[in-house]
Amino acid sequence: MGERFVTRGFVGRRDDGAGGPLSGDERRRRTPPGQYLTTDFPVLSAGPTPRTPLDRWSLQVEGLVANPVSWTWEQFLALPSRDWVVDISCVTKWTHLDMRWKGVSVDALLEGVDLDPTAAFIVAYSDGGYTTNLPLADVLNNQAFVAWEYDGKPLAPEHGGPARLVVPGRYFWKSAKWVRGLRLQANDEPGFWESLGYNNRGDQWTEERYSGD
Amino acid sequence: MPLDWQLATVTAVRNETPTVRSFTLRLPGWAGHRPGQHVDLRLTAEDGYSVERSYSIASEPERTGEVDITVERIPGGEVSPFLHEAVVPGDRLEVRGPIGGYFVWEAALGGPLLLVAGGSGVVPLMAMARHRAKAGSHVPARLLFSSRGPDEIIYRAELDRLAAAGDGFAVAHTLTRQQPPGWTGYARRIDEQMLTEVVEPLGAAIRAYACGPTALVETVANGLVRLGLPADRIRTERFGPTGT
Repeated sequence: MGERFVTRGFVGRRDDGAGGPLSGDERRRRTPPGQYLTTDFPVLSAGPTPRTPLDRWSLQVEGLVANPVSWTWEQFLALPSRDWVVDISCVTKWTHLDMRWKGVSVDALLEGVDLDPTAAFIVAYSDGGYTTNLPLADVLNNQAFVAWEYDGKPLAPEHGGPARLVVPGRYFWKSAKWVRGLRLQANDEPGFWESLGYNNRGDQWTEERYSGD
Repeated sequence: MPLDWQLATVTAVRNETPTVRSFTLRLPGWAGHRPGQHVDLRLTAEDGYSVERSYSIASEPERTGEVDITVERIPGGEVSPFLHEAVVPGDRLEVRGPIGGYFVWEAALGGPLLLVAGGSGVVPLMAMARHRAKAGSHVPARLLFSSRGPDEIIYRAELDRLAAAGDGFAVAHTLTRQQPPGWTGYARRIDEQMLTEVVEPLGAAIRAYACGPTALVETVANGLVRLGLPADRIRTERFGPTGT
C-alpha cells in the first residue's frame, strides 16, 4: 500500500502506563512496530500442556556435536546460571518489558559439546512434539537461554515449565516451551509454526510475523 | 507469498450481545480462508501512530469476498472500544490474512467433532460450525459453550437453528454466573464431569477444538487427555486479556 491509509476517527490510547516506572519515550522506544505493551503474561499454546515428571526429565544437546550431552534436572540446575531481564514480544501483538528470568545461556549449554564446523542451525524440540528453528548465530553470545524460573518462581507448566528456551530477539514462538533438547544441524529446518504460515526468522523489529514478511 | 495489507470496506455491523458486535468486511483481493483462521487489523491515526490486533474469522469460507469478525468490547481497551463506538458501514479498515494453519477444521478432516468455547472464544468455532452446515457435512458435532449469563450467549439464535437442523449438530450451554428461571442447561464452570457427559455420545476417536480463557482451555485440554484422547487430537487457541 503506497500512501499511508488513515483509519477514520482513530486516535489511539498511546500510553497505557503498562511500562511501570519507565518514561513514555522509553516505552515507545522499546515497543516494536505493531505491538502494544502489557504487564500480563498471556498463555498461547496449540495443544494440551505436557507434564513430564522431573525425575524423567532431561535436556539434550545433539546433532552435529562431537560430544552429545544429556542433563538430568538436577544436573541442569547445577549448570552456571544467571538472572536475565529482557523484553519479550509475541506475534499476537503483546510486548512485555523487563521480564525477569533465571536460566542457563545457550552458550553454556554448548560448552564442551565440541560443535562440528558445519553446524549452522539449531532445532529446539519440546515435550508434546513442538519444534522451532533458529540460526546458530541468533542464539550465541547471550542471545538465548533456557529458563526454569520466571519472576522468582519456578516456571509454571502453562508458561513452558519446567524449562523453556527464551530468545528475546525474536517473536516469542521461537522461545520453545517445555524444551527438551537442541539439535545442531548444517541445514535450516522449519519448525512447527514456521511450517504453518509464520515467518522463518521472526525478528520483531522488522515485523517478520508471517511467511513473506 | 507475502500477506499484503488490503483495504476492507465494512458492509454490515450487527450486535450479538450487549458487549459483542460483528462486522462484515468486504475484501477486494481475498484468497479465501479455512475455518479457525484469523485476520490482522491495523488502525492508523492521522499522525501515523498505528496499532494492530488479531481477530478470529467468524464466517464460513463458503461465503466469498467477505469475512465476518466478532469483537468483544474490552473496557479500557484501545481497539475494541473504537471498533464498537466509531466504526459504521461504509468505513474502511486495513486487514491482512488469513493467518494460522493449525487451529483449523474442515469437513474433509471428518469427525466426530467436539467444540468447546468460553465467551468470545466461540468465534473461530462458529466458523467451523457454519462451514460444517454449508458444506453439507453430517459428521457428529457438539459444541459445549460456556457463557456468563443468558444475555451474553453469542450467536444464540443461530446456534439454536443449527442444532435444530437435524444434521447431527448439538449444543450444550453452561451459564456460569446467572441462569434464567427454568434453565435446564449446565450452571457451573466447565469441569471433567461435564466434559465426560458431552463427549460420551461422540465416541472415542474425536477431534477436539477448544478456545477461550486460559483456565477454561487448560481444564478442557487436560480433561480430554485424562479421558484418553491423544494430545494431537486436541487443538487449542487461548486468549488471556490480550486482544483489547
